[in-house]
Amino acid sequence: MKRSQFWDHTILVLGALFMLVPVVYALMTSSHDAVSIYKEGLQLSPGGHFVDTYKQVLTEAGGFTKSVTGLTMLWNSLVLGLGFAFGKIIISMLAAYAIVYFRFPLGTFFFWIIFSTLLLPLEVRILPSYEIVQGLGMANTYSGLIIPLIASATGTFYFRQFFKSVPDELVEAARIDGAGPLKFFIDILVPLSKTMIAAIFIIMFVFGWNQYLWPTLITTDESLFTLVRGMKQILQVWIGAQIPDTNQAMALAVLAMLPPVLIVVIFQSWFVKGLVESEK
Amino acid sequence: MAGIQLNTLRKIYAGNVEAVKGISIDIKDGEFIVLVGPSGCGKSTLLRMVAGLETITDGELFIGDRLVNNVEPADRDIAMVFQNYALYPHMTVYNNLAYGLKNRSIPKDEIEKRVRKAAEILEIGDFLDRRPRQLSGGQRQRVAMGRAIVREPAAFLFDEPLSNLDAKLRVQMRMEIKKLQKELGTTSLYVTHDQLEAMTLADRLVVLSGGVVEQIGSPIDVYEKPASTFVATFIGSPAMNLLPLAKSGNEWKLDNGATVDVKLNTDLSDLILGVRPEDLVIEELSEKFDTGLHTALTVHVVEPVGAESYVHGTIGEGSVDVVVRAPGKLHFEPGQILKVTAKPEKLHTFDTKSGKRIELEGALETA
Amino acid sequence: MKRVQFSHPLMPYMLLLPQLAIVGVFFLWPAAEAIRASFYLEDPFGFGSTFVGLDNFKDVVSASEYSRTAWFTLIFSAAVTFFSLSIALLLAVKADNVIKGASTYRTLLMWVYAIAPPVAGLVGVMLFDQHIGPLNDLAHALGWNMQIGVNYFDTAFAMTVIAVWKQIPINFIFFLSGLQSVPKSVQEAAAVDCRSSSRRFWTVTFPLLAPTSFFLLIINITYALFDTFGIIDLVLKGEPGNNPVTLVYKVFLDGFRGNDLGGSSAQSVILMILVFALTVVQFRMIERRVHYS
Repeated sequence: MKRSQFWDHTILVLGALFMLVPVVYALMTSSHDAVSIYKEGLQLSPGGHFVDTYKQVLTEAGGFTKSVTGLTMLWNSLVLGLGFAFGKIIISMLAAYAIVYFRFPLGTFFFWIIFSTLLLPLEVRILPSYEIVQGLGMANTYSGLIIPLIASATGTFYFRQFFKSVPDELVEAARIDGAGPLKFFIDILVPLSKTMIAAIFIIMFVFGWNQYLWPTLITTDESLFTLVRGMKQILQVWIGAQIPDTNQAMALAVLAMLPPVLIVVIFQSWFVKGLVESEK
Repeated sequence: MAGIQLNTLRKIYAGNVEAVKGISIDIKDGEFIVLVGPSGCGKSTLLRMVAGLETITDGELFIGDRLVNNVEPADRDIAMVFQNYALYPHMTVYNNLAYGLKNRSIPKDEIEKRVRKAAEILEIGDFLDRRPRQLSGGQRQRVAMGRAIVREPAAFLFDEPLSNLDAKLRVQMRMEIKKLQKELGTTSLYVTHDQLEAMTLADRLVVLSGGVVEQIGSPIDVYEKPASTFVATFIGSPAMNLLPLAKSGNEWKLDNGATVDVKLNTDLSDLILGVRPEDLVIEELSEKFDTGLHTALTVHVVEPVGAESYVHGTIGEGSVDVVVRAPGKLHFEPGQILKVTAKPEKLHTFDTKSGKRIELEGALETA
Repeated sequence: MKRVQFSHPLMPYMLLLPQLAIVGVFFLWPAAEAIRASFYLEDPFGFGSTFVGLDNFKDVVSASEYSRTAWFTLIFSAAVTFFSLSIALLLAVKADNVIKGASTYRTLLMWVYAIAPPVAGLVGVMLFDQHIGPLNDLAHALGWNMQIGVNYFDTAFAMTVIAVWKQIPINFIFFLSGLQSVPKSVQEAAAVDCRSSSRRFWTVTFPLLAPTSFFLLIINITYALFDTFGIIDLVLKGEPGNNPVTLVYKVFLDGFRGNDLGGSSAQSVILMILVFALTVVQFRMIERRVHYS
């Protein structure tokens, strides 16, 4: 027993290191100065330029971008993550409520329309999506960035599953207690869904924050760049430079991963629950 | 307070499934009616139709003098206790009780008064600030009852409210519900599949099967004069023994050849004979009756259940399992042959085809 | 659906309106447009378009570059799926086994889920860099002269490693939760019936994980096809040259760089059919699972 547990731990430690080391490289390297990284390669130990580097990437334009600071990009990422998560939750809760709790003509038809969006990811309809959004004058706007991403029905699907698992008797008890559809939704269903909302919020925030392809197409104006969107620009500048600012590039990468990683780690149990429940 | 009148209520689901096939019951004010039957007999559907949670396909439903076929559940002046309690998990006990009253815009102090009173009756005053998941099964059950009481409705509807409780608590709550109902005097309609619960609670029983009423009557009536083989086997445990009875010349005989001394005015040549396990007597242990049933029983197994024993055996070749319920601890060997007997007034006869009761001559009013 | 539902003349439509509007404008319309465009040839100077039937599809499929890309996509998807699933399964089994530190391991192995593919791509590119990358040094020490972005195989290797790294956490989460939902009584029954723990795993635990594995298989194929875009884009640094690309990346290249609208749309439609097939298979499996329980 002892012996086998030893190997279990060994494999787990190796696995954890495999996941951890690349990010440790990114973090440590960002605390050195560009010249020493250029000479000595990526670093695994802390250097003395941590504060300088982060101050510089957060507050100064230039370096990797012409006009935008890291702080602006961070803000844009936050807008995208939060806007996407809030928008998705509100819209999909309403839709799922209608689908599960109402009997009405065309209900099934609308259900299938909404769920057909699960069939085709954004990537396979990217070109016409881009043209339509641009045609609507939504290129380089927050709404153009966020709303088209909400089209997929994943949130509606999660909430539908959850609402279906709410005992039938609750809506019956509520009807006997004199609650109409609106009252039932606000007084009972929404408070009951709190944990589910939190779980979906986390998943959606991470999903929104991490969007890449759509922001790449729809935001060409640097002031709307998110951190994730900015990665390619950063890399391209980095390649072109004589002595590249690897420390700053890594610092921006660390900033791009920090908020979603923190949220996932802190709200781990909700997040895992939400993720695993969605499979059912 | 009000009575409830069901006039040939029918429920047909999509796909032409007829769940309730024209049921009429006249429930008097303050009466405790229990709907009992196996699962799928339509009892829950019927209750939900009264509550307004299922639409009524056909027929009329009156609560008091009011036709309520198309009235919203909230406006029918009823309260319902659900099987899984259906308490709002995110609300405190107080708010669970108060929610329906708030929706009716009843003044706050009146709500407070009613909730406190209900809490006192049900002894849940200490839990008013807790949430349902912090309560035990029995306490949740009380809260569910409380939610019904505060409404001060014309009728209580119970949908198998005790089936999620353990056996001991079930017996206790059963008595409390009965007591409470008598105190409040509120008309009650109660659904259960448990015949014992039905017998102990009901003023009148409604036995349902396949969407139709098999029998309506007081528990004792239903027990002593079951209207059909279905009722005979459904009510009472162990179930009534049913044996085929055939006419041979002028005599009625069991399939082992034993003669049964019954007087019947019928043209039928075969019947079903019913006799309750406690009405079968082992001759070796008691006096012998002159008339009625006498036959030999081949013992298979004896189940001691404490104060009494169930003797299982067969009468003749290929006969069904016959159960004799006898007092005391008995010991018989498998294969041992006993003589059993029953008084003529304890015998029931049923039509083989329809299963309907046929009244024995001379077996009048023994109850 | 619920036994009891509300009926209200307007409310359900009002509730559905926001979602339907977004789906209509940003999903149905572009999807229809992609299908329409796949049958048309766009004039390069923007003077309208001509209906060309299936010509775009024929051109796409017959191009040698397309089949090269398709082959790469297939191998890449298979490799990413296989390695990320098997590593995750191994780790999940071990994490389910250990008594001490189980939740710490869980955290350490899952947090990478939150990292965006292009961010992983950026860090990966630096780790594989010829001048400063430690992984490059390691390859050198083993006698492998790694040249990411120049050598076809080396580039594909880097993409695969980064893609696998990024995908392990989600597989791990699902496998672990699958393992933890195997009833304890079943495990105990197996322990009584079978001495060898590895045999027990393959004959009892693994079959019980089959639904999870199948679900993950689909998820991973979808991931390898679509979500790796950010990784590939960063590893190629936006300059594909002769390097390996996936089918989705090629749709993007031909549509936005090559201005071949019809060809790009035809490729989109082919991908749509592929995804559609995957989803149908997935739904069928989910339905079957519902029948199990």
